[in-house]
Amino acid sequence: MKSLEIRLPGLELKNPIMPASGCFGFGREFSQFYDLSELGAIMIKATTPVPRFGNPTPRVAETSAGMLNAIGLQNPGLDKVIGEELPWLDSYDVPIIANIAGSQIDDYTEVARKISNAPNVKALELNISCPNVKEGGIAFGTDADVAKSVTRAVKEVSQVPVYVKLSPNVTNIVEIARAVEDGGADGLTMINTLLGMRLDLKTGKPILANGSGGLSGPAIKPVAIRMIHEVSQHVSIPIIGMGGITTVEDVIEFFYAGASAVAVGTANFVDPFICPKIIEELPAMLEKLGYDHISECTGRSWGKHEQIAYHRA
Amino acid sequence: MIKQEEMKVINQKEIAQSIYELTLEGELVSEMSQPGQFVHIKTGNGFEPLLRRPISISSINPGKKQFTMIYRAEGKGTELLSQKEIEKSVDVLGPMGNGFPLNEAAAGSDTVLLVGGGIGVPPLYELSKRLKEKGITATHVLGFQAKEHVFYEDEFTKLGETYIVTADGSYGSQGFVTDVIRDLPKDFTVIYACGPTPMLRALEIEYGHKKLFLSLEERMGCGIGACFACVCHTADDPTGSSYKKVCSDGPVFRSGEVVI
Repeated sequence: MKSLEIRLPGLELKNPIMPASGCFGFGREFSQFYDLSELGAIMIKATTPVPRFGNPTPRVAETSAGMLNAIGLQNPGLDKVIGEELPWLDSYDVPIIANIAGSQIDDYTEVARKISNAPNVKALELNISCPNVKEGGIAFGTDADVAKSVTRAVKEVSQVPVYVKLSPNVTNIVEIARAVEDGGADGLTMINTLLGMRLDLKTGKPILANGSGGLSGPAIKPVAIRMIHEVSQHVSIPIIGMGGITTVEDVIEFFYAGASAVAVGTANFVDPFICPKIIEELPAMLEKLGYDHISECTGRSWGKHEQIAYHRA
Repeated sequence: MIKQEEMKVINQKEIAQSIYELTLEGELVSEMSQPGQFVHIKTGNGFEPLLRRPISISSINPGKKQFTMIYRAEGKGTELLSQKEIEKSVDVLGPMGNGFPLNEAAAGSDTVLLVGGGIGVPPLYELSKRLKEKGITATHVLGFQAKEHVFYEDEFTKLGETYIVTADGSYGSQGFVTDVIRDLPKDFTVIYACGPTPMLRALEIEYGHKKLFLSLEERMGCGIGACFACVCHTADDPTGSSYKKVCSDGPVFRSGEVVI
């Protein structure tokens, strides 16, 4: 479908819809429901140098129109992802965006160097925004200088373009976005989850064993829209938008905000067919709204941004 | 194979306090092969609640394309489900997971015990029926909090010897399922159990040396193995990175396979 084809650094997407990292594993579970080649791309689960079990359970708690998770970057480790998961995914005609994580800069560069050599990895997603690990993760994404350094270090060793996943848990997200752009980022993905907590009615204690977790789902969509709207007007690199997308209308709204492609996260847990459903509905929605190509939607909200008051410290 | 379907409500009734028996009809029933599997249900139409609810299958009727589940209405999701009337539809994803292995018990040579606790009792019903078809009459020990929560005593009694135990002693004997099992004169060779984690732990401590199969419960996200919400450590690597997912590797595990 010509009206859906998108070109981004490293990525030739047959459509702009992809599952978000952490909500799709390495695709195996979803391959029983549909052909993964239908997807624009796949953002695979965060990979760290060595296997990680993650946090104790309970790891999820439901909230109003959303969920909290504190999985803790569970993954089988770099060797297994390169040796088993990526070759398996290579049987599908779909570009892979490899989410990379770690607890120190050397972890990021080690994963980046090796995983970016895999033939189907077309881009990296630098995870400096996971709220559920004690070291690394969000600590790299909430300080502009640190975010820039880790971006630069990964860019130096990566064979493919690098997208940086931004955390919404900051006072000034534009500052971080500009810093990683300065550091050489080829694109941004945003937003990661919002830090949250739920307490048990009987015990008074947090439901999640980790205490706090990351909030995702429809509840965070307005936050994502606002942040993409603002950031997209202050950087010149493309944005893959995410945060609570469940319908084709949501996709259009993210493009209007300034996204050039989108990722669907939590909705995969509720409806495993959600990505192909949205892809199928997208052309008719574009036609209904009078667009020849999805890219015409990007940034429709821009223009009067100087009049919009953003609250900053 | 897991399928998604809008299934039709055939019957729904409250069979004990806050305990509902719901029968649904649809093509998806033809995919249900083992006792102990579960379905993942979207109980509301919008985002409240957002996630599906895992509920175990209590009996399967392939001829009528119907299956029955028994659940406790105790939260937003299950309360919404309990309000679904006959002829209305329910969004079902399933069947999910791996159930109780029937071939681990042999007619003639094995003495089989089924142990259920509270809302863990339902999947044992289909299991007991299947064992009966194989020529095995199981003994049932079913634990509940109190008299008003007891259900399916007659149904289980028709299939085999059935003992009811309540925590407060208001019905049957007083105590825990393990108290009843200790007093039984039989020496069981195969035990299948489903119930709260402390009950499963107690069974593993006392009967872990036998063929013991435990159906685990854990908070789930997707139910298909993608979200990593319901993982547990494997027993041979209790603090390492090895894991099993309760939803897709389980929910039934052999005793000693995972840390509970």
